[in-house]
Amino acid sequence: MGSSLRIVNGRVFDPANGVNGAVQDVCIQDGRIVADVPPDARKIDARGQVVMPGGVDIHCHIAGPKVNLARKVQPEDHRLDVHPRTRFTRSGTGGTVPSTFATGYRYAAMGYTSAMEAAVPPLGARHTLEELHDTPVLDKGFFVLVGNNVLLYRLLQEGRHEEFRQALAWWISVTKAYAPKLVNPGADEMWKGHRNANITALDQKIDSFDLTPRKVIAAFIEAGNELGLPHPVHIHCNNLGHSGNYETTLETMRLAEGRRAHITHIQFHSYGSVAGKSRDNPTSRAHDIAEFVNTHPNISADVGAVMFGHSTSMTADAPLAYMLRQFSHGKWVNADTEHESGCGILPFTYQDRNYTNALQWAIGLELFLLSKDPWRMVFSTDHPNGGSFMSYPRLIRLLMDREFRKEQMAKVNQKALEHCSLRDCQQREYSLYEIAIITRAAPARLLGLTQKGHLGAGADADVTIYDEDDDKERMFSTPRYVIKDGELIIDDHEFRADHEGRILHVAPDYDPEIERVIQPFFDDFYTIRFANYPVDDRYVRGGQIIPTTGQAAPAGR
Amino acid sequence: MSLELTLHTAPTVPLEADILSPARLGGLSALAAAKLTVVYGNQPAELGEFFKVAGAANGELHLTGDLSRLKQIGAGMGEGRIVVHGPAGMHLGAGMTGGEIVVEGDAGDWVGPEMSGGRIVIKGNAGHMIGSAYRGSAVGIRGGEILVFGSAGNEVGAGMRRGLIAVGGDCGDFAGVNMLAGSIIVLGRLGWRTGAGMKRGTIVSMHPAELLPTFSYACNYCPPFIRLYLPYLSRLGLPVPDAQIAGPYQRWCGDAIELNRGEVLFLDTGEAALRG
Repeated sequence: MGSSLRIVNGRVFDPANGVNGAVQDVCIQDGRIVADVPPDARKIDARGQVVMPGGVDIHCHIAGPKVNLARKVQPEDHRLDVHPRTRFTRSGTGGTVPSTFATGYRYAAMGYTSAMEAAVPPLGARHTLEELHDTPVLDKGFFVLVGNNVLLYRLLQEGRHEEFRQALAWWISVTKAYAPKLVNPGADEMWKGHRNANITALDQKIDSFDLTPRKVIAAFIEAGNELGLPHPVHIHCNNLGHSGNYETTLETMRLAEGRRAHITHIQFHSYGSVAGKSRDNPTSRAHDIAEFVNTHPNISADVGAVMFGHSTSMTADAPLAYMLRQFSHGKWVNADTEHESGCGILPFTYQDRNYTNALQWAIGLELFLLSKDPWRMVFSTDHPNGGSFMSYPRLIRLLMDREFRKEQMAKVNQKALEHCSLRDCQQREYSLYEIAIITRAAPARLLGLTQKGHLGAGADADVTIYDEDDDKERMFSTPRYVIKDGELIIDDHEFRADHEGRILHVAPDYDPEIERVIQPFFDDFYTIRFANYPVDDRYVRGGQIIPTTGQAAPAGR
Repeated sequence: MSLELTLHTAPTVPLEADILSPARLGGLSALAAAKLTVVYGNQPAELGEFFKVAGAANGELHLTGDLSRLKQIGAGMGEGRIVVHGPAGMHLGAGMTGGEIVVEGDAGDWVGPEMSGGRIVIKGNAGHMIGSAYRGSAVGIRGGEILVFGSAGNEVGAGMRRGLIAVGGDCGDFAGVNMLAGSIIVLGRLGWRTGAGMKRGTIVSMHPAELLPTFSYACNYCPPFIRLYLPYLSRLGLPVPDAQIAGPYQRWCGDAIELNRGEVLFLDTGEAALRG
């Protein structure tokens, strides 16, 4: 910081400010975008290049206990992909779940400058923040798992809605989280209580509680919006991966009743089933899902596209991991986090000749191509679940290049393509402007990060400059320049500096009296003393609190 | 003329020398080869700091001296021949796809892990994990041959998928653990828990051994493939008496936890196999 920079002659794509490929200067001073800089400022000549805000990943799994378990369970993945140190950067290992340093550098090397870890049990908050500190370049935060929290369930069950809201605010605040995350609400109780049990419907009774997923989800949507959180609630719906689950997804979205809610990796929740056939035989219902999102401006989603090849299934949805394990027959991990959450991890390979995998791949593309509002159907592969973040450039090419898409469609299981509408929407090609929306502007807006995802005066100086190239995969794989907080991290394709990035979190107000409700529960059931539970400020040193408001901002344009 | 490397300074800590393969030294003069970088402990060093290099590379490499601290000799090699005149260190021929390595002395642990082709011959004893999968991997040796004239340690052929491992002496515990397919022939005695978790494949021994309770006796017979494999090993120099070629062999099926599709064969000496 402290230096000034002027980027000249580049085609600028800044959708939040309506700039669509205009050749104009971008000026940077002291880590911020400014209107002008002194004439002696360093100039970057971006002729023949594309200037965009730094990428923002709204949903990925990059830090915390489960990510570490995934690293531990796959030593072979790391042995084969060594990330050597350079003069400016530290060493690490890659694979589908890279080590912390490699994660930050590899995101940066694709032009990404912000990312949100999408599922952390409150008890894992400290560990996660420590790993995020070791994840360089990126600004980052995490979503805290609250959708299977036993105490919150008790408060809901007893109709203590105000205390529920206060307790939710307490949990988000003391863990230094960014947003509340629901994962397969109610399923942990079923999974823990019965052999191979899961939630299958929104009105199913949750084991041990007089509650249903419908009540739980509605309560969190209401509370998240009332607290004015910048990203009110991030929902992994019930029935992920099951044939016919699109009905559950539609029902879940209806529960928002006009309030903001974000449905994550919606591709995994857009499956139909063949009438009269086994429920194991999925079909695409992307059309129904996209139609609902298109017509409900309070709802946003990230796609969670599937890319062929190695991935790591890593989820707080423990029953799902067990189901996948029945297909993979390989090593897996299943874990329980006291009264807060569960988790399952296993290596998984998506194969283009496999009917279900090909269908999943196609549904991801369908959702993008059927979306009418790119501000509310944004980019993700649910890294590393649907595929590594390293596959983002390939996914961008699939969206921008219909000839390439046709070539790839010819290679996959053709029966799968008969059960989706990808062939009907293959004329559409995303423009650079739309790519800038779904990878930058929209995720930043949906997260309530007003200083990110755009290049207007006052924004964080997170800028990526790509060489224009007809091969969009190559173009988005290798930015020529990456600027983070005004510092030139990648200069002419090479790392020239390191950068720590900062933790982004929220601190919603809560009534301190709520601790009188929470503490006895800790004394009775937790393995950790109440006083030791809240994460202190040292864990977010240099971080940034994103303000909450009384009323959450609208999702769409 | 082959490239001759003679150790003049014995390393006191491990020396990682995966450059010691015919392809990577191909076309280099002795002087150029001596300048190549190896990793000594955690520091880079030049090959010439440890070896006197003579001759020229022609696809054959002769290494002389106590190389028991040299790791990764011939790792990843796909062609050519390496002869080690002395003991060799760990990870010999790791992941090799072709060619031949001959060690006149003993070899350390991890001989030929995850190799997919070629042949490794150890004239002395070998350590643990020969032809096995690395930790975390499901699959060990995928092809090729490993011959040990002496004895071998534990977990011979762990996760083995294809190929042949032959041990002239005894081997340690867990031979063929989690084996997927392929053949392991032990002319001496087996250790405990042979074939634990094996899915398919064949483990042969000339002496009965204590098997896990998940292995069950099937029959006595004279497997035709034995009459091909054992003479082949005999031609390669392993001591194989005619009685072993003739059989018969006791056939035990296992591991039952993996549907009994694997087999352990004992030369029928009239002595009963033991149940664990």
